[in-house]
Amino acid sequence: MLSLNNIEVIYNDVILVLKGLSLQVEQGSIVALLGANGAGKSTTLKSISGLLRPENGEVTDGTILYEGKPIQNREPSEIVRAGIFQVMEGRRVFEHLTVEENLRAGGYTADDGGAAQRMKLVYDYFPRLAERRQQVAGFLSGGEQQMLAIGRALMAQPRLMMLDEPSLGLAPMLVQNIFQIIKRINEEQGMTILLVEQNANIALSIAHYAYIMENGRVVLEGKPQDLRENADVREFYLGLTEVGNRKSYREVKHYKRRKRWLS
Amino acid sequence: MNPDEILKFLRLTYTALSDGALLALIALALVLIYKATDVINFANGEFMLVGGYIGYQLLVWLQVIESPSVAVLLAVIGMVVATTLVGVLVERLVLRPLIGEPIISVIMVTIGLSNVMQAIVGLIWGKNPRPLPIDIIPRFSPFRIELEGARRPLNLLPDTLIILVIAFILVGGLLLFFSRSKHGIAMRATADDQQAAMSMGISIRFIFALTWSLAAIAAAVAGLIIAHVTNGVSGDIPGVGLRAFPVIILGGLDSIAGAIIGGFAIAFIETFASGYIDPGLKTVSPYLVLLIVLMIKPYGLFGQKRIERV
Repeated sequence: MLSLNNIEVIYNDVILVLKGLSLQVEQGSIVALLGANGAGKSTTLKSISGLLRPENGEVTDGTILYEGKPIQNREPSEIVRAGIFQVMEGRRVFEHLTVEENLRAGGYTADDGGAAQRMKLVYDYFPRLAERRQQVAGFLSGGEQQMLAIGRALMAQPRLMMLDEPSLGLAPMLVQNIFQIIKRINEEQGMTILLVEQNANIALSIAHYAYIMENGRVVLEGKPQDLRENADVREFYLGLTEVGNRKSYREVKHYKRRKRWLS
Repeated sequence: MNPDEILKFLRLTYTALSDGALLALIALALVLIYKATDVINFANGEFMLVGGYIGYQLLVWLQVIESPSVAVLLAVIGMVVATTLVGVLVERLVLRPLIGEPIISVIMVTIGLSNVMQAIVGLIWGKNPRPLPIDIIPRFSPFRIELEGARRPLNLLPDTLIILVIAFILVGGLLLFFSRSKHGIAMRATADDQQAAMSMGISIRFIFALTWSLAAIAAAVAGLIIAHVTNGVSGDIPGVGLRAFPVIILGGLDSIAGAIIGGFAIAFIETFASGYIDPGLKTVSPYLVLLIVLMIKPYGLFGQKRIERV
């Protein structure tokens, strides 16, 4: 459905952030993109959704194909109309608008006829939002704002939803809850999902395929169960070590070597 | 109470009401642009000027039509279309190249724009005031209020009421647009968080063009009303526009309700201060009150506070 081939992204004409990144998103799947701070995960999403431009970024090399057609460096409004919707990092709800108005803003590109039906769908997934539909979004709790941000995306009825760190700043219980809903949306609506996360554990629990990024490149990829068994991933992304064993610097070195080799 | 005093009070109130409606309309044009683009439009008065003159020119051309009401209606429609174009043009040629530049640069450019627009109007229509060829509001005979014991009866012009109604319809229409329509909500969303609005597929350029057009229309209608009240179009119209600045600061730069209430508040303060204390206080009094209000409420009466969750 979506494929990024060797893309390069440069900010302000000098800062190279993505250095030949490639990834594939299959129709109907949940794909997770994992990595540490500054690895270029958010930049990857923005290069797809067209939100790079306002930040002075540009895809300078490679292609982004969506259903076979190149979409790099297009206007965000065109991308949304084509069926790709990005839920931005940090929720970014419209604080002074009510919940319902936020949802209507989300459905800006969709036709007006089905708006009521789509809103009902959002309220079915997030009953909490239904209770607060007339409330100003700025006063919602963090979890409710994240629900609203996902709800806005549902209003646009995209075929590919891209989520940028939906777990950011939320309590573990809520994170579980939100990820269960993301999984349900994928299964029930058949919506393809590209998920960026720092919380590797939870992301791997719902993903069908995952990529791990470092320094603007993909360094590892595979099915979640395979990645979970990879010693490096266990140690560095899942925080699991062999209990009772001392950590040795040699292992860290081994990891670094491996990283260099991979990149 | 002295009957003369009662009549004076009525007269002042009546003047303040229509003046307030007019100020609210002008302030609304400013608030619209500030809300959506964070720019204080110092060329607002010139949008009124240009709108007034376009209305005047259309009336001159259309006065051959037999029925004056049809001519006025056509002229107003024509003026709305023309000022929409002016708004789009200004956004496109002057402001869009400045997207991403510091807000202060954009504000300075609006000051330059105001000079350019004044010069263009001067070039086309000259400096002399010109009376409107047809009355846009029919001149009904004034209604008379007589009180026993009063030295003179009070004559009130019905125009004032009509202006009030026009302003209410326009302002009400805009409020509905903002709360109900898709594009109105998109405009408020853009004002809240531009990048997030873009991620919804809202085209910021379209929203900006829409904002400038709506503001230009509101300003043009205000300009035409001033032309009617002052018996013609002249270079003095932008001066009235300046009076809207204390209004928006009092009401809160980004509040539509603030523009309306602020408009009436400033009109009442001006009229009553000049009527009861000293005519010289007319221009100063709003600023005095403004100073006190800002000491207590720094965002203005209805300005948007930053929402902070605890």
